[in-house]
Amino acid sequence: MNINATLFVQALSFAFLIWFAVKFIWPPLTRAIEERNKRIADGLAAAEKGKAALVEAERKGEASMKEARDRASGVLTESEKRGTQIVDEARQAAKAEADRIVAGAREQIAAEVAKARTELREQVARLAVAGAEKILQREVDARAHTEMLSKLKAEL
Amino acid sequence: MAAQGTLTPSDYIAHHLTNLTVKVGEGGFWTLNLDTIIMSWVLGLVGLGGIWLVAKGATAEVPGRLQSFIEMFFEFVDNTVRDVFPGSRAFLGPLAITIFTWVFMMNLMDLIPIDWVATVSHGLGAPAWKAVPSTDLNTTFAMSFSIFFLIIFFSFKAKGAGGFVHELFTAPFGSNPLLWIPNLALNIIELLAKPVSLGMRLFGNMYAGELIFMLLGLLGTIASFTVGGLLAGGASAVLTWGWAVFHILIILLQAFIFMVLSVVYIAMAHEHH
Repeated sequence: MNINATLFVQALSFAFLIWFAVKFIWPPLTRAIEERNKRIADGLAAAEKGKAALVEAERKGEASMKEARDRASGVLTESEKRGTQIVDEARQAAKAEADRIVAGAREQIAAEVAKARTELREQVARLAVAGAEKILQREVDARAHTEMLSKLKAEL
Repeated sequence: MAAQGTLTPSDYIAHHLTNLTVKVGEGGFWTLNLDTIIMSWVLGLVGLGGIWLVAKGATAEVPGRLQSFIEMFFEFVDNTVRDVFPGSRAFLGPLAITIFTWVFMMNLMDLIPIDWVATVSHGLGAPAWKAVPSTDLNTTFAMSFSIFFLIIFFSFKAKGAGGFVHELFTAPFGSNPLLWIPNLALNIIELLAKPVSLGMRLFGNMYAGELIFMLLGLLGTIASFTVGGLLAGGASAVLTWGWAVFHILIILLQAFIFMVLSVVYIAMAHEHH
């Protein structure tokens, strides 16, 4: 336990060990741990960002869903309206067609009636002439009595 | 040792306290304690070399168990230094790791039963071998006075030569010229007390621990197949085991104390009064 020259040897050993630790032990450990810390921090930040992005995407998805729903209901309303319109138009067209047909038929009937009436008048005039011939026992000059016969026809 | 019947208790103790020396010059001072030097080199290389082997392969990937252990140790030391010293740890950090590792490895040798060491060294032909370098004042004072010179160096670096000398004369009492001498005396005592107490504390703790192992081992030398002999042998074994368990705490504690105090002293050197 005496102090002797070992002191200097041990001091040099100590200095060598300190140099060794400064040079070869401290830097790689510091580097590895700091790099890992940075990676962990980056990872946490990325996770945070991802979470925010998820919320944003959910919000966006909700919004576009709502838009789609709105648009679909708009399309439905529009098409219902359009359907009603088409039915209305068809109904009107059918009515117009029916009116036209009825009017045509009426005209035809009126023409038939007028024609029948004219024929009837002529027959009555002829009958009347024939009756008058029978009564008068002589021929009635149709040309001479045209005026009278026309008047008679008009009265019928 | 019980086999050598001529051994007296004082021989036993003295033998275990003897260093293996080699003369390198004239006078008693110029001797080297070979056992201390060789053991401390081997232990320093095993301790710091082991850490280096892990550290050079350290990556930022998920660490293996060994790397995790080394990193835990690293962060423990790093945090301890950070608590004491707010500046750059590029030197104080590795200094603290070196102190803790080396002192711990040297103290650890205390747990090897002393008679095993004696048996092996005798088998190899060495007349004496002290396995615990930290029970040699040369080792502890070499470290503590290295710290002393670091304190001086960092004082100069932080305050400049003028500032350091100024502080020697004016702190702690004041700058009155009448107080210069008391200030200087107090500062010199304070400066010298640091390395002396640092070195003596580690040496004293380890030396006393070693001595208790020796006394318990001495009790073991009178073990025999008689009632008293069996009692002595049993007591020796049980007490040695108990002291070794307690010593694990002392080994760690002394390494930690040496590290923390060294860092504290150097951190104090940076402070201005």
